[in-house]
Amino acid sequence: MNAHVTQNPATPTRNWLARIGTGHLVLAALLLAYPLVSSDFFLTQIGGYSLIFGMLALSLSLLAGYGGMVSLAQISFAGVAGYTVAIFGENNSNILGFGWPWWLVMPLALFFAATSSALIGWVSVRTEGIYTIMITLAVATAAFYFVRQNYTLFNGFPGYTGLRAPIVFGVNFRDPVPFYYMCLVAATLSYAAVLYAARSTFGLTLQAIRDNPRRMRAIGFDVTAHKVVAWFYAGLIAGLAGVLLVWFNGRISPGTINVAAAINVLIIAVIGGLKHPIGPFIGALMVVLMQTFAIDIVGAERFNTLIGVFFLAIVFFSPDGILGLWGQLRQRLAQEDLRSRQ
Amino acid sequence: MSIADALKTPPGSAPGSPGTGISRRQVWGLFWLVLAALFIWLVFADWPDWVKNILLSKKAFLSACLNGLTLAGLYFLVASGFTLVFGLMRNVNLAHGSLYLLGAYIGYEIADRTGYWLLGVLGAFLILSVVGLLMQVVVFRRLEGDDLRQTLVTIGISIIAADLMLAVWTGGTYQILIPDWLAGAIKLPIVTAVRSNGSIVLLSYPFFRLVVLALAIVIGIGLWLMLNKTRVGMMIRAGVDDREMLSASGTNVHLIFAVVFAIGAGLAGLAGVIGGSALSVAPGEDVRYLLASLVVVIVGGMGSITGAAIGALIIGLAEQIGLVYFPTYGVVLTFVIMVVTLAIRPQGIMGKSQ
Repeated sequence: MNAHVTQNPATPTRNWLARIGTGHLVLAALLLAYPLVSSDFFLTQIGGYSLIFGMLALSLSLLAGYGGMVSLAQISFAGVAGYTVAIFGENNSNILGFGWPWWLVMPLALFFAATSSALIGWVSVRTEGIYTIMITLAVATAAFYFVRQNYTLFNGFPGYTGLRAPIVFGVNFRDPVPFYYMCLVAATLSYAAVLYAARSTFGLTLQAIRDNPRRMRAIGFDVTAHKVVAWFYAGLIAGLAGVLLVWFNGRISPGTINVAAAINVLIIAVIGGLKHPIGPFIGALMVVLMQTFAIDIVGAERFNTLIGVFFLAIVFFSPDGILGLWGQLRQRLAQEDLRSRQ
Repeated sequence: MSIADALKTPPGSAPGSPGTGISRRQVWGLFWLVLAALFIWLVFADWPDWVKNILLSKKAFLSACLNGLTLAGLYFLVASGFTLVFGLMRNVNLAHGSLYLLGAYIGYEIADRTGYWLLGVLGAFLILSVVGLLMQVVVFRRLEGDDLRQTLVTIGISIIAADLMLAVWTGGTYQILIPDWLAGAIKLPIVTAVRSNGSIVLLSYPFFRLVVLALAIVIGIGLWLMLNKTRVGMMIRAGVDDREMLSASGTNVHLIFAVVFAIGAGLAGLAGVIGGSALSVAPGEDVRYLLASLVVVIVGGMGSITGAAIGALIIGLAEQIGLVYFPTYGVVLTFVIMVVTLAIRPQGIMGKSQ
């Protein structure tokens, strides 16, 4: 995944930008108009859910694509945010639940998620490459077991129920359409932030560090600090997704953040492609669609086999995910075009 | 000895020098000696009340230690294959837990149908070796040099394997029956309490768990001998240090890879049967043992058998002692050990810095 290419700022880019701009505008129009044509089920279970998981995968993609650090612990940071919402906000599990208002709980949840992410990042950047996967997987697993065994703070196996999205200015975000738009806004913000950050000084430095940490250290950049900041941002996005996820489910339990969920995030990111921040969302849509309709193809029980085979196929045949397939297709079409002109 | 030579040698370690201070090494040696003496005292002495106040009963403490040791044996069996494969091929096999679980199920089936437990152990080892061989030849050789994709592939395999095993063996819990000659409890020559009438109570402990520990030690020594005293072991060690150079000097690296992968997978399968006999077999165990292998190898150091043994010992003991003294935070203890190791020694206790 080291082939991430950023636009070279030296080349004239107006044309390129204009083209991408059109694509974004069309996409935005489609997404905004989506509630007009879809049922409630498609709006939340497919639309909202895909956007939430897209954000989770985006936070992984930010670390993996730009920083070269593949983390399996993103779902754990989402879990930190989710449990914060449950503990400080309202729940009906009769444990804790301080009943703080949403505008206080949400920043707190994001802060906790981002801080824990930065802390884990700080530990894991002490090692490099493939080790990061191992450490973050260990972190994710340990978090799952800890939450399941701890009843005083996390209410153990059952977790918390009765977590509701707030009602703000008379808009009930529990309803499908407002909830969808809330997810869309959050996803767009994260997407734009990643896109912007990638072209910022920080993003360019991060990519340079990914490609050659020793040289960057020699030049005088603080490699560890840049990586930890990247983890902080990734935790922020994961936390946002985590808050939306508990509002979507209405509950949080250890099952939400188990190893399968952690790996699911990685699968989504890889299937979509790590080369561009749109990849995670494509991957999320694919996986959610498969999750929903696999029952008709292979039966509900064997869904994991289906997704596993699909994942293997992607890893084997298109390392850059669906985005890579699209790139290959475009290249081939361009060649065909040239040939036909001759 | 010239003055220059004398200056070069660190104080305390110079032969024959009447050094007044003691070296770092000696301090550590003293520390371990005191610790060992304390432990021996805890095992054999009649506990005074203040010790009982801290550590509950002697029986609980010793059982926790022994359980920790047997668990460490099991962890070592699983993690040694993992660490060998990683050290040699830089391949994090996240399907290692699946190999463990598959071995357990296969061992159960064979032992259940034939009635011979040993046949189950042997069968699981052989079948899983073949599975490992196939994984190496069919999958990993195609993706050589691409660490991340190899790891992703192992994740895919572990998902499919978990799902298919769930389909075949369902979600129930199995217990592999151990033969009579391994069953039962034996009395260890350790006094746990003295009754008021003067008779002593000896610590009794399941015999099979001691067998697990002994087996782990035997296999550990066997692996060490193979790695350090045989030609194949020499090649494996050379491969861990410098794969390209080994390949350039005319060794068939792929053959070595295949052998190591087969041994690693076979050991995971063997551990599965042992673990399934000592504890139980159920879906989800694959993740548990994968986590154990990961932590053991991170703590002990990648690619080192000795490191795997040390890591397994630390994690096994920490887990079982934690279970007795602070039940809800046992997992966190494991995690804290991992973080502390990473903070002090990122490459692990026995790992070589890159």
